[in-house]
Amino acid sequence: MTAPQASTVPVEVDQPDLDDATEADRPWIVLVWNDPINLMSYVTFVFQKLFGYSLEKATELMLDVHHKGRAVVASGTRERCELDVFRLHEHGLWATMQHDR
Amino acid sequence: MARGGPIRRTRKGDFELRLPDGTRQLLANLVPQLRATLDVDEPSADPTLRRLFPTAYPDDPTQEAEYRSMVSDDLRRRRIDALDVVEATIDADRLDEAQLTAWMHTINDLRLVLGTLLDVSEDEPAEADPELADADARAIYQYLSYLLDVIVDALS
Repeated sequence: MTAPQASTVPVEVDQPDLDDATEADRPWIVLVWNDPINLMSYVTFVFQKLFGYSLEKATELMLDVHHKGRAVVASGTRERCELDVFRLHEHGLWATMQHDR
Repeated sequence: MARGGPIRRTRKGDFELRLPDGTRQLLANLVPQLRATLDVDEPSADPTLRRLFPTAYPDDPTQEAEYRSMVSDDLRRRRIDALDVVEATIDADRLDEAQLTAWMHTINDLRLVLGTLLDVSEDEPAEADPELADADARAIYQYLSYLLDVIVDALS
């Protein structure tokens, strides 16, 4: 299957200073947000299918999304997270990514 | 899913469908409509399709634009691939796992578009109020939700 290619992302030409390097080293997280359309059963199924989570873990994350409005479902490098976001978008879930704070 | 359910896994690992003709007719009517909305130059720019092309970087327009340019074509193509499978198997009594997964994708895509058009909320009543002007569309949305639940249950 094809996937987002991080290598195609233009690279900043400015000299990175120390802050930029620290920023780049911080891990990324993938968030899934609550939405009124996706079914609880479907969201649980997608978490199991995409991340290999157990039914218990996937249900717990789905309930976090449902009750708290969002949940962190994955983390890692920017490339890894972008691929996860793409797969979640393919399944119609409202997923975003950001630096871990 | 109980043994008598509308979709059940067989011993061979594929799936037996016992769907009313009306269900297949409904999907046969909706699929070309979804295809038409996707078959435009920039489907991701259509507000009614925003749930099919969600935002990855809400706080960073530059990274968001890069992400979109990378994935929009893939997201569209995969959705159209699923529509192709559903249309090719619309009368089938048996589906393999990949085919039923395509049905799952298409039915959820239909729900995402219909739910956006109807502006559904989380506490939607279980039955559409027949007095509402869009009662038919709401009833279709709820039927698609039921069907998706059945498919997810069968695939789980």
